[in-house]
Amino acid sequence: MSVAIKANRLTPYMFLAPAGIILVFALLYPIGYMVYASFLDWSPSQRIGQAEFIGFRNYVNLWNDDAFRESFWVTIRFAAIVVTLEMILGVGLALLLDRKLKGMAVLRTVFILPMMIAPIVVGLMWRYMYHPTVGIFNRTLKSFGFEGIPWLSDSTWSFIAIVIADVWQWTPFIFILALAAMQSLPRSALEAAEIDGANEWQKIFMIKLPLMMPVLIVTLLLRLIDAFKVLEVILVLTNGGPGLSTEILALRIFRTAQEFQELGEAAAMSNLLLMLLMALTIGMFLYNRVQEARAARQRAAAEKDDT
Amino acid sequence: MPRIRLENLVKRYGNFEVLHGINLDMEENEFTVLVGPSGCGKSTTLRMIAGLETVSDGEIFIDDKPVSNLEPKARDLAMVFQDYALYPHMNVARNMSFALRLQRRPKKEIDEKVGKVADMLGLTNFLHRKPGELSGGQRQRVAMGRALTRDAGTFLFDEPLSNLDAKLRGQMRAELALMRQKVRKNMIYVTHDQIEAMTLGDRIVVMHGGYIQQQGTPEELFKRPANKFVAGFLGSPPMNFLEAEVQDLSGRSFVSGNGFELVLPEEKASAVASLSSNAITLGIRPSDLHYSPDAPDHESIDLKVIVSEYIGAQSVLLCDCGGQKVEVELKSETPIALGETLRFAVNREGIHMFDRETEVAIR
Repeated sequence: MSVAIKANRLTPYMFLAPAGIILVFALLYPIGYMVYASFLDWSPSQRIGQAEFIGFRNYVNLWNDDAFRESFWVTIRFAAIVVTLEMILGVGLALLLDRKLKGMAVLRTVFILPMMIAPIVVGLMWRYMYHPTVGIFNRTLKSFGFEGIPWLSDSTWSFIAIVIADVWQWTPFIFILALAAMQSLPRSALEAAEIDGANEWQKIFMIKLPLMMPVLIVTLLLRLIDAFKVLEVILVLTNGGPGLSTEILALRIFRTAQEFQELGEAAAMSNLLLMLLMALTIGMFLYNRVQEARAARQRAAAEKDDT
Repeated sequence: MPRIRLENLVKRYGNFEVLHGINLDMEENEFTVLVGPSGCGKSTTLRMIAGLETVSDGEIFIDDKPVSNLEPKARDLAMVFQDYALYPHMNVARNMSFALRLQRRPKKEIDEKVGKVADMLGLTNFLHRKPGELSGGQRQRVAMGRALTRDAGTFLFDEPLSNLDAKLRGQMRAELALMRQKVRKNMIYVTHDQIEAMTLGDRIVVMHGGYIQQQGTPEELFKRPANKFVAGFLGSPPMNFLEAEVQDLSGRSFVSGNGFELVLPEEKASAVASLSSNAITLGIRPSDLHYSPDAPDHESIDLKVIVSEYIGAQSVLLCDCGGQKVEVELKSETPIALGETLRFAVNREGIHMFDRETEVAIR
């Protein structure tokens, strides 16, 4: 084999190398560090080498920790509720706004603005709006003669409050993806459905939604992964309270490391969250893989018949 | 009673008018073909009949009932689309039964109908496949099957064969003609392909620039084209056009131009007598020229062969006639050489004349 050909074969790896090196140092190293740390009884005053190796004790402790279990369920509940609401609202909005009207471009841009605002700012903004006396919600309620709502001081209401803020910020994400999916639907299939006698609802449920499903499933998984990691808005809004009612996992991890100074335990929690997200991500990849395999099989079948 | 009638149908996009008052009557159970080059308004007309485009002006009547404000589903139509428009997430059986399922017909009836149509189109083995698992021809057949299962009063076809390769297109054209014999319904078929139009249509409507140029049976249109556009559009290879002048010499009418002089038959001579100008366009189809070395001077034309295209039993010769190009069909075994000048007799009925200004046929 000549040198030139050998060099040619190596070229792609050379181009990949910088990204690979960054990946190793910025991603694999910290994750490995975290996994190792989760087996240690480690406080911030110690160097990592001085920390005592305690095996799986951190994980066992977590399993028996009611507060951790509570925050785990809060996270699951939060993610399930916000993602469900966001999917319904986002896809619904996309269905409503998928038409040619004047000013629609501007309207669409306005709709996706919340997504562009920094989460900390979103948190602060909503905290002002939820303020018991000067916030716009309670002032409005009171001006109509209703009682004010203890938005951030009641455990049920504070959960609702963080759900509303998250839905406000992330519905646009689903909206733009759903809209893009909808606009790439085959027009003629919808026209055929119209001629076949489908009304608007039947067109939505029998043609549009089934055809958008691959995009919607990926969107859902992306959003779910994000929802499990949410931190800033809740940190600013409720800081997990009252009690543990809004203490999602990311916040719990943050506090375990910062306030309780239990770096090992925090690492173990991070690890659990990572595994949960990994399962979701792998699920997404598998879904894509299955879709691709099916498409390939269909193409192959079609080509076989063609000859 | 005409089943479908278009009355002064107009389509405008903003201030831009694409259809300028289409008037058309289609008899019951007639296969009408709208044919024309792309952009002539044929698809727009079909989509307006289907209810997929709004009517800007005029009216569409189905059984004397105005329908232009009705939803597509209220018009009792089935349509086959150019890209088939199958529902990719449903298998063949569900694609075909979609309309019936929407009507909530009993399952037994649906299965029966789908089975019958699938049998007729040779789709029985594919009922459980998704459209993605079918070849182009099979998809085309499913699209046809979906329309047939629907059992509507009128079938609309929007260039249904144009996505197929040439061989498959010919095969599907034959299948369509066969289906046409079994299914007696109103059919409106849009195509840009004049061969499809000629082979399938009971009535051909030639459109150009948003106007109907001529309508009639394929034979009428081929033999008596109303203008130069129709004459040039139908027929393959297309009609030859030569600049010519009409002359009267010793009581007989001649049409002559650079390199030819033909005597006009009596019935044509009377038509040219009333012309204001002598300048006309002469049209002769390649099939109306016959190789005949002994033909008399004024009934034939001498052509110099430039190019010979061998296409099997026939060859198409591209010839020169006083600086103008003329195409001729010739049996391939005829011994000819390039550069040779040959004599071709002109069919008396094959002489077409058009006004050079208005391009309207003179007859």
